[in-house]
Amino acid sequence: MMGNEACAEGALAAGCEFAAAYPITPATEIANRLAARLPQVGGAFLQMEDEISSIAAVIGASWTGRKVMTVTSGPGISLMSENIGFAVGVETPCVIVNVQRGSPATGMPTVGVQGDVVQAKHGAHGDYEIIALCPSSPQEMFDHTIRAFNYAEKYRTPVFILSDAFVGHMREEVRIPEAATIERICRKIPPHGADPQTIKGFLDEDIAPMPIFGRGFKAHVTGSCHDEAGKRNLIDVSSLDLLVRSLSNKIIKHKEDITIVDSNYAKGDVVLVSYGPVARAAAAAAGAARTAGLQAGTLRMVTVWPFPDHEIENMARKAKHVIVLENNLGQMYPYIKAAAAGFADVSFLAPSLVGQIHEPERIVAAIREVVQ
Amino acid sequence: MKQIVHPLRRFVRPSVTSSTNCPGCGNGIVTQSILRAVDELEMDIDDFIFVSGIGCAAWIPSPLFNADVLHCTHGRPIAYALGVKMGLPEKKVMVVSGDGDLTAIGGNHLIHNARRNVEMTVVCINNMIYGMTGGQAGPTTPAGVKTTTTPYGSFENPFDISRLVIAAGASFVARWTTMHPREITGSIKKAVSRKGFSFIEVYSQCPVQFGRKSGMNGSVQMMEDYRKRSIRVEKTAGLTAEQLKDRIVVGEFVDIQKPEMVEEIEKIRAGAGWRPG
Repeated sequence: MMGNEACAEGALAAGCEFAAAYPITPATEIANRLAARLPQVGGAFLQMEDEISSIAAVIGASWTGRKVMTVTSGPGISLMSENIGFAVGVETPCVIVNVQRGSPATGMPTVGVQGDVVQAKHGAHGDYEIIALCPSSPQEMFDHTIRAFNYAEKYRTPVFILSDAFVGHMREEVRIPEAATIERICRKIPPHGADPQTIKGFLDEDIAPMPIFGRGFKAHVTGSCHDEAGKRNLIDVSSLDLLVRSLSNKIIKHKEDITIVDSNYAKGDVVLVSYGPVARAAAAAAGAARTAGLQAGTLRMVTVWPFPDHEIENMARKAKHVIVLENNLGQMYPYIKAAAAGFADVSFLAPSLVGQIHEPERIVAAIREVVQ
Repeated sequence: MKQIVHPLRRFVRPSVTSSTNCPGCGNGIVTQSILRAVDELEMDIDDFIFVSGIGCAAWIPSPLFNADVLHCTHGRPIAYALGVKMGLPEKKVMVVSGDGDLTAIGGNHLIHNARRNVEMTVVCINNMIYGMTGGQAGPTTPAGVKTTTTPYGSFENPFDISRLVIAAGASFVARWTTMHPREITGSIKKAVSRKGFSFIEVYSQCPVQFGRKSGMNGSVQMMEDYRKRSIRVEKTAGLTAEQLKDRIVVGEFVDIQKPEMVEEIEKIRAGAGWRPG
């Protein structure tokens, strides 16, 4: 199955009921499949007039208690950014799939890059934390989409799937488990009949129950600075401080629960740090290096946000040298270096051509070079 | 002594004790007209979900109305409202926002949802200026008016919003001014009862920004101007464009039945094999 199709099937398996999107290469196969599949299960897919309205409709539907997602590529994320910030600000569960393509500008739509990784974290204005998963196979497009819905519901936040044209268009075997065995998390909501005057539906570091619409909760949902009850406050700076801190701490406090890294290294290894499809080249290179008698290991960031600094630091304490591999000019490299540099030497290996995943032989040569 | 409580106070969020409107603002008249419609329809305010964007008009439902309220980003309330309607098709979704929000930054969502004929009521308060940011010209500012960003007079052609929405395909379109509060209520009652995209434009005075800049200093003066210039659409037959040049044509322009999108999606689901329950 194609990665993009696996993503759509993952959304259905997670309980997605509504999706809205605007056509864009290389994400269209997800939208096409959702358009065919969602009506079959009582849901709906809407093709909107642009990406701005796509994310807006998705956030609106999420506030009615539905599980929702939108799918796009980099240019679409750029258009969505303001409203992604709104979703963060009013704590709206939603899944945003970015099948990254060659960029900036219109770029090269059918070529995969990892050019929007920092954008996922910093695309909208203001301080905030986000969750982002990086699949490296069609199976993970399925699995991570389910995980993304569960994170979104549990932490009341937008969750990114940072795929790219390579993984999106890759065809591999995908195992779809029995529906009954799939874990599906649903957001907490206030108890039925709760007094609207007493509901605190926002700004809890342990995630406030979401006062979804249509239940008599009389929710006041505003992107303006607000308190725990949703009441607007544009005068008291301590109210802004509470808003900004709560939104970030909500994610940071639960970082351990969210973070996923795949570690395969031993003390004294040259450790290859990567994510997404580049991790496949890293794993191949580490295997080849070991066969050649070199000490090499890997650390794959499955979640890039919140940034797994503890895991990087722990790795760096054991590593002989850290090589960061990304299909870009070094977007996560500064973060990794900041966490690792106190304990090991850290270097960056760019792909020989941006948009072309590193050849394993080139990575082995880089390992050889740092060992000598 | 028994405390006197406004009969519409029950629709107002208990925590709200004051208004953010400037003295003389038309928002208060529109607020009453909306709430009277809810009252006269004998509906509960919880039968509605209100969505608004950014600007003075958007602060009518947020936080005033004691219902579910979504106060979203600038220009996008209709797009958010579409998502809300998809999730809660049995609820009445009402957008209350201003001309800048709905026709400038949000113009695309206005025309596309009129085209889709999604069931929702959109109340567009047209004060012909950006009030909250201090009186900048917008796509509705009449040519020649001096504003903060058109200090030598506006040199653009203004939108006729109602005509725009009619052309885009809405099934109910009306225009009134704040001199027509009962007519606004009447049109909102109809709009809420219709299956389709209903649009009500209300010319509303902003004495502080538009009034000061246009030289019409007070709200009484501005409303008197609305009264003088208004002409019912029924009375415009045979009048030339030149004769209607400075008039405000008011009334219900469109009230038709046509397929509504959310209902059409129900049919699509049935065709795709979905059986509820």
